[in-house]
Amino acid sequence: MYSQYKLQDDSGLLRETASQTTGPFVHIGLALEIAGFESRSDEIWQNLAKDGAEGEHIELVGHVYDGNGDAVHDALIEIWQADSRGNYISEFNNKNPFSGFGRSACALDGDFHFHTVKPGSVDFYGKPMAPHVNIAIFARGINLHLQTRAYFDDEQEANNNCPILNSVPSVERRKTLIAKKEQGGDKPRYRFDIYLQGDNETVFFDF
Amino acid sequence: MSHKYPSFLPRERSWQPEPFTPGYKTTVARSPRQALVSLQRPSTSERSGPVFDGLEIGQYDNDLLMNFRTTGMQAGLPIGERIIMHGQVIDQFGKPVPNTLVEMWQANAGGKYRHKKDGYLAPLDPNFGGVGRCITDAEGRYRFRTVRPGPYPWPNGVNTWRPAHIHVSVMGPSISTRLVTQMYFEGDPLIPICPIVQVLKDPEAVETMIARLDMSQSRPMDCLAYRFDIVVRGALQTYFEE
Repeated sequence: MYSQYKLQDDSGLLRETASQTTGPFVHIGLALEIAGFESRSDEIWQNLAKDGAEGEHIELVGHVYDGNGDAVHDALIEIWQADSRGNYISEFNNKNPFSGFGRSACALDGDFHFHTVKPGSVDFYGKPMAPHVNIAIFARGINLHLQTRAYFDDEQEANNNCPILNSVPSVERRKTLIAKKEQGGDKPRYRFDIYLQGDNETVFFDF
Repeated sequence: MSHKYPSFLPRERSWQPEPFTPGYKTTVARSPRQALVSLQRPSTSERSGPVFDGLEIGQYDNDLLMNFRTTGMQAGLPIGERIIMHGQVIDQFGKPVPNTLVEMWQANAGGKYRHKKDGYLAPLDPNFGGVGRCITDAEGRYRFRTVRPGPYPWPNGVNTWRPAHIHVSVMGPSISTRLVTQMYFEGDPLIPICPIVQVLKDPEAVETMIARLDMSQSRPMDCLAYRFDIVVRGALQTYFEE
C-alpha cells in the first residue's frame, strides 16, 4: 500500500522516515530571502510579534559555533514558544499580532535574530516551567536537527525551580541553556549562543 | 494543559543517523559529543506545535514547472525531465497526517541550486526556482510538479557526487514530529556510494528515503510520477487527566 513503506518493526509499527541534513542551501526552501529569492505571498520568518502583540517585546539573538570555534553560517533556526500568558497558540497566521513559531538563519552577520515577546510560564503536570523558547537547529553537517531550549537570565528564581532545567544531570551544563540579557537595541535583547561541540557544548534534548 | 496534546512514540535514535559520521566530513566539527538529555515526560512545549491553516499558500507554490516562469525573452518551461512527486504523510500507526505543511527545495536539471552560494559550473535555468510547498489534504496527501534534479559534485572526498535528490521538510502535528529528509530516486547508482546516505547504518532506513516510480500517476505524453510517502512519529492519544 505504501510505496517504500513495507517496513515495519517487530511490533508492526512503521519506521519513521530517516532524517538527512538540510545541506548548505536550506535557505532556498525555508528562508528564501537569504538565498536571494523574493518572498512568496506569505512566509514563515523571524518576526513573531507585531506592534500590537501583548507582553514584553524582546529580541532573541545568537551565533551557532562548531567544535573549532568557527561560526556556522549556514544554520537555520526554528523556534516555538508560548505567548506572554504561557499559552501555546497553534494557529500560525501572519495577520495575528503574535505567532508562536518562527525561523531565522545565521547567514547575514552570523547571528540568528528573532523579534518576539517573552513567553509566560507553562504548566508541567502542576508545576511551572520557567519561561523558555524551544529551539531546533538545522545545518549542513547536522544529520538530524538538534533540539534545545533558551531560558532567560533575569528569571533566576523560576529557573531554579524549573523541573526541566533541573532534570539536566550536570548543574554546570544547565548554564548553557540560559540566554543573557545584553545592552543595546531599542528593546530588551537576549543572547543565546549555541555551541555544537567543545567545552561549552549546549545541552541538547531528546524527546 | 498537557492533556490537550498527544504524546508521541519515542524517536528511535539507533534507526536515525548518529551525529558523528566522519565519512560525511562536515559532521566531525558539528556533532555534539555529550549525551542528549532525554525528557522522561514530555511537556506541553514538546507536545504542541504550529498549524499552518493561516499561512497563505500561492496557487503555484506546489508547481515548480510554473512558479518561476519568466515572462520576457526567455519565457518558457524549465529544462529537464518533468515529474510529479506525490505521496502521503502518515504516522507510525499508518494514520494519515492531514493539514500539515510539506516544503521542498532542489537543484535544477543540471544539478545547480538557485542560491547565491552555489558555485557549481552548471547553468541556472531562467524558468526554474527550485522551491515548493503545500498543505496535506484530509488523507495526508501532498503533490508537487517539478523536474528531476541533476546529480552534482561536492567537496567531501576528491570526487564525491550527490545522487539526484529533493530536500523535503515536514512539520507534522507537533514539534516532536518535525522531520527534514532528502528524497532519492529508485535505481540511482549514486545512492549507495553517497557519504550523506551512508550516515544511515541500516539499509532499510535508506529505503525509506527512496521514491518509487509510479506509473499509475504518470501522465501520458506529459510527465512521469514518483511516489514518496513520509512517516512521522506515531501520536499516542492520552484521554486521561494529568
